[in-house]
Amino acid sequence: MTGGSTTGDDGSTAPAAGPAEKRQPWPLWEVFVRSSRGLSHVHAGSLHAPDADMALRNARDLYTRRNEGVSLWVVPSSAIITSDPSAKEQFFESPQGKDYRHATYYSKSEGVKHL
Amino acid sequence: MSEANASATRITPGNALRPEDIAASDAVPSPEAAEYALWLGDDSLILAQRLGWWISRAPELEEDVALANIALDLIGHARSFLTYAGHASGRTEDDLAYFRREPEFRSAHLFEQPNGDFARTIARQFVVSHYQWELYSRLTHSTDATLAGIAAKAVKEVDYHRDHSLQWVLRLAQGTEESRRRMIAGLKLTWPYVEELFADEPLIDALGGAAVRPSSLREPFDAAVAAVLAEADLEVPAVPGATGGGRRGVHSEHLGYILAELQVLAREHPGASW
Repeated sequence: MTGGSTTGDDGSTAPAAGPAEKRQPWPLWEVFVRSSRGLSHVHAGSLHAPDADMALRNARDLYTRRNEGVSLWVVPSSAIITSDPSAKEQFFESPQGKDYRHATYYSKSEGVKHL
Repeated sequence: MSEANASATRITPGNALRPEDIAASDAVPSPEAAEYALWLGDDSLILAQRLGWWISRAPELEEDVALANIALDLIGHARSFLTYAGHASGRTEDDLAYFRREPEFRSAHLFEQPNGDFARTIARQFVVSHYQWELYSRLTHSTDATLAGIAAKAVKEVDYHRDHSLQWVLRLAQGTEESRRRMIAGLKLTWPYVEELFADEPLIDALGGAAVRPSSLREPFDAAVAAVLAEADLEVPAVPGATGGGRRGVHSEHLGYILAELQVLAREHPGASW
């Protein structure tokens, strides 16, 4: 405690300093918020929490402060498998030039109704 | 503003009220109900000021926000209670918060106790939120419709405070040897101030069905707290009660310093705003 603060640690029971262990940071979690019924959960951001229950509570405190949600998911960031940004070409460029994968590529056959 | 006015006309039991609703209403409390509103408002105001200290100092950023959220909820409750209390004497919430002297504050001693380490703050919050939940869940049936309305809003928020603090009691108690030691120490430092919360003052007799009799909350409080402590493999501290006196304006050495910090700006620059 630095001197001068009046509402802080005065009278605290500061522990006799034990062996100073370097604290591991809490694990990272990804937060998904559903803003209203019928919509999907959308990735809102991430946070640190010691376990799943606290992650959910921290998500409530951090991401639904302004009425943003009716449902929350938290997922350990380590459980998310991501595509490799440097593999963009193999992964995402192949559809280019394959217009036949879009419905608009095809012209309507004569006499087909209700399309 | 029109929304506030509209809802202020609906002060009925169980209808959750915000400070703005109360400011816009013309409900005037009896002198006894105003005094009772000061008890509850000052409890929340002083604890919110205490909790605000943690902002930027909590173990993690996420916990910073969690404690700040709780403090802001408490400020909201304090604003409602003080606004209502002020209607009895033509004073605003700010008049009451910033321009009363220490002996005029009615908070119980628990709320002004130092933050200590994180475990001690959690121990204090654990007691407070369990006490307030038992209190507000019953105050929603108050014969005073404004007090009932303030409680209806507060009880849901306090329910979350209760959950937050008990989650931490369980984790600190069953975490490391060091966290458990601190949790036990925090509870032991907190417990002397529990008794005062449940003391019936003469004011309670005068209020009848408008107030909740503090002694009637002791049993449900003890049961709820004991269940959590048992799950955490902790014992209810066996320590003698402190003298108390907060409801009569007799405070511990801590409150004066809290008020100095809370009030200095408003007193230095009366009417200041941003």
